[in-house]
Amino acid sequence: MSDAAYWLPVIWTVILAVAILIYVILDGFDLGIGMLFAVERDRGRRDIMVNTIAPVWDGNETWMILGGATLYGVFPGAYSTLLPALYLPILLMVLALIFRGVAFEFRIMTRETGRAGLWDIAFMGGSATAAFCQGAILGGVIQGVSVTKDAFNGGPLDWLTPFSILCGLSVMCGYALLGACWLVWRTTGVLEANCRYWARRLAVSLFVGIIAVSLWTPMLHAPYLVRWTDWPNILFVAPVPVLVVLLAFLFVRGLQKEHPVTPFLCALGWFFLCFTGLGISIFPYMVPPSLTLWDVSSPPSSQAFQLVGTAILIPIILAYTVYSYRVFRGKVTEADAYH
Amino acid sequence: MVSAASALLLARFQFAFTVGVHIVFPAFSIGLAAYLAVLEGLWLRTDKQVYLDLYRYWIKIFSVVFGMGVVSGLVMSYEFGTNWSVFSRKAGPITGVLLSYEVMTAFFLEAGFLGVMLFGMNKVGRGLHFAATCCVSVGTLISMTWILASNSWMQTPAGYSIDPATGRFMPEDWLAIVFNPSFPYRLVHMGMAAFLSVAFIIGGTAAWHMLRDKRKGLPISQPVKVMFSMAMWMATIVAPLQILAGDAHGLNTLKYQPVKIAALEGDWETESHAPEILFGIPNMKTEHTDYAIKLPFAGSLILTHSLDGKVPGMKDFPADQRPPSPIIFFSFRIMIALGMLMAATGFLSLYMRWRGRLFTSPFLHRLAVVMAPSGFLALLCGWVTTEVGRQPWTVYGLLRTADSVSPIMLPSMALSMTAFVVVYVIVFGSGIAILLRMLGRQPEEGEHDLSEQDAASVLGTRSHPETVLSSPDHGA
Repeated sequence: MSDAAYWLPVIWTVILAVAILIYVILDGFDLGIGMLFAVERDRGRRDIMVNTIAPVWDGNETWMILGGATLYGVFPGAYSTLLPALYLPILLMVLALIFRGVAFEFRIMTRETGRAGLWDIAFMGGSATAAFCQGAILGGVIQGVSVTKDAFNGGPLDWLTPFSILCGLSVMCGYALLGACWLVWRTTGVLEANCRYWARRLAVSLFVGIIAVSLWTPMLHAPYLVRWTDWPNILFVAPVPVLVVLLAFLFVRGLQKEHPVTPFLCALGWFFLCFTGLGISIFPYMVPPSLTLWDVSSPPSSQAFQLVGTAILIPIILAYTVYSYRVFRGKVTEADAYH
Repeated sequence: MVSAASALLLARFQFAFTVGVHIVFPAFSIGLAAYLAVLEGLWLRTDKQVYLDLYRYWIKIFSVVFGMGVVSGLVMSYEFGTNWSVFSRKAGPITGVLLSYEVMTAFFLEAGFLGVMLFGMNKVGRGLHFAATCCVSVGTLISMTWILASNSWMQTPAGYSIDPATGRFMPEDWLAIVFNPSFPYRLVHMGMAAFLSVAFIIGGTAAWHMLRDKRKGLPISQPVKVMFSMAMWMATIVAPLQILAGDAHGLNTLKYQPVKIAALEGDWETESHAPEILFGIPNMKTEHTDYAIKLPFAGSLILTHSLDGKVPGMKDFPADQRPPSPIIFFSFRIMIALGMLMAATGFLSLYMRWRGRLFTSPFLHRLAVVMAPSGFLALLCGWVTTEVGRQPWTVYGLLRTADSVSPIMLPSMALSMTAFVVVYVIVFGSGIAILLRMLGRQPEEGEHDLSEQDAASVLGTRSHPETVLSSPDHGA
């Protein structure tokens, strides 16, 4: 294998992982806010919740489209194998995101017709379903996909296992936690206090989920187990669980001292660590347990051409994304009207 | 075999349905974003309230249209993988990379500045807000450019080689891939189609309000007049240009996809001095166009710009390489007819303008209302013509549609087809109802300068006393 053919897919795997992590973190709190509609019934407070994300959610969701497009262009083998394998959860996720995406506008525009309540339900249900599906898709990838040569050859319900359901529920808890912590940071008064209360409970359920998924994953395939238990690998991977526990202490303290940003940062830290742990488990497989990142990548000429653009454009994108967040910084209150 | 054929048919039907719904919204966004940028630019330049009133009116429509475009586009970016996995594995090294560039150069730009555009009017000041509007508008145009590069490459592939071991398309020359032979024609034709479609929606909305105000005996408001006038200028200038662009595109297609031309013309035999078939029913079985009404020599004249030019017939091509003629024969004619009517509307408005009756002619206003959806109908017919005309290939002449589909997944595809139809009817049905209700309201006229309160309630922005629109430091 030439140097380019070896290293380009590795570089791209890192870029893809970063893009997915950015997506998960950014759209995670968006989707979490949607789910928190289930426990926040007050219309005024719901409006505030939506107002905290209205100017930025569209950009957040674009990271997912980037993830899909990168998989398509750089790892077409993975794109064309995983998507048919995960047909139904992807379909369900897309449908859920349709309802949720239009609900941002429709719930305001239909206010005088009395149908706004239905679009609130669409917003909540869409967010919850999309979160669950993303977890289930993740679980489906980790547990592996049945492949002959380079195409999926399994059934439409292969992805549906207790493990993928557990992953789905854990991601729901995680996103809802991110949403609650985001609102603790960005809102005031009753809503802020409510979110602090929910954040504590959601953190406990996420913690349970993390432990269950972490114990279950190494049992799925022998290489996963080796990665976590083999000497000297253990030296490199041991900090992951240790840091998870450390963050838990910081999280509880941050909530008790009513610090605005600490809980959110801790929740982000958990996502980062879980994601890293996942990467440690499945690397170098792109379609576990049979296709590696080199098996599924496009020709070096495609990867190189896209890499040039990515190296130039992603920093620019990050710069104006930060600018946009800065424009809309600060606490959002009842006085902030929408439309 | 039966289930493979059904899965293929369902996958094709689903793609046609989802892309057909989707394409309307980006086209709407392209035209409307440019209109908003022009309105805001005019407002900054002239400081006339009417432009701001129109901006405030159309930006709400834009936010709803854009939202629907985003969610319907999300479907497309996954559908290639779920339903057309063989196509995406083989062509992904080219089309996937073009799509990624679209995401990085266009989607992020639109999404990043949309927030500022919708909610930032009194947070960033006039100049920066105008810059955000321009970024969104430019983003929609960049997006169109990449997606048409990808689509054109599938129609007239260039700059590639095929890996004999895997059958994958390997990029050799990215400039040749992007600037493939049909790309410039498609880009111009589609861009003008988007501008025209939106011009007719805007003109139709204004005309509807003028007719209603007249019936009620009310004077016609300034914003309605301005938007009607702007829309009719657009129709007057762009509709004839679009006919010229369409003609040039036709010559290009004749050169690179002659069988598509033969099929959309309903021509079976290759001939010089060919007539133009105005009406008929192409019959794929008997290889004959029934009930044909012909205009002598016109076929050669239109397609080759000379009376004795050679026009191809479908019989020159093997039966398994002919696109289904009846569909594109009609979609093509509907598009042409609508295009002519749009140009006629433009000329009529120019005449009425010259006679000073632009705002008083009930005939023109009724015509404009009827013509409101014509741009979008023509655009859809154009897409059917070009996409169905590419059949039976996904990558023209190289990869068959039948060989592009995912491994047989009939139950999944049947389920997803049903789900998409149900969800689209609910979501986009509601969306169109909401849009129509919004268009049914007149633009509000701001007689007074915007106060801080108004700015916040109208544009959904938050109050920031130091950057209010009316504050003197932002005055012109």
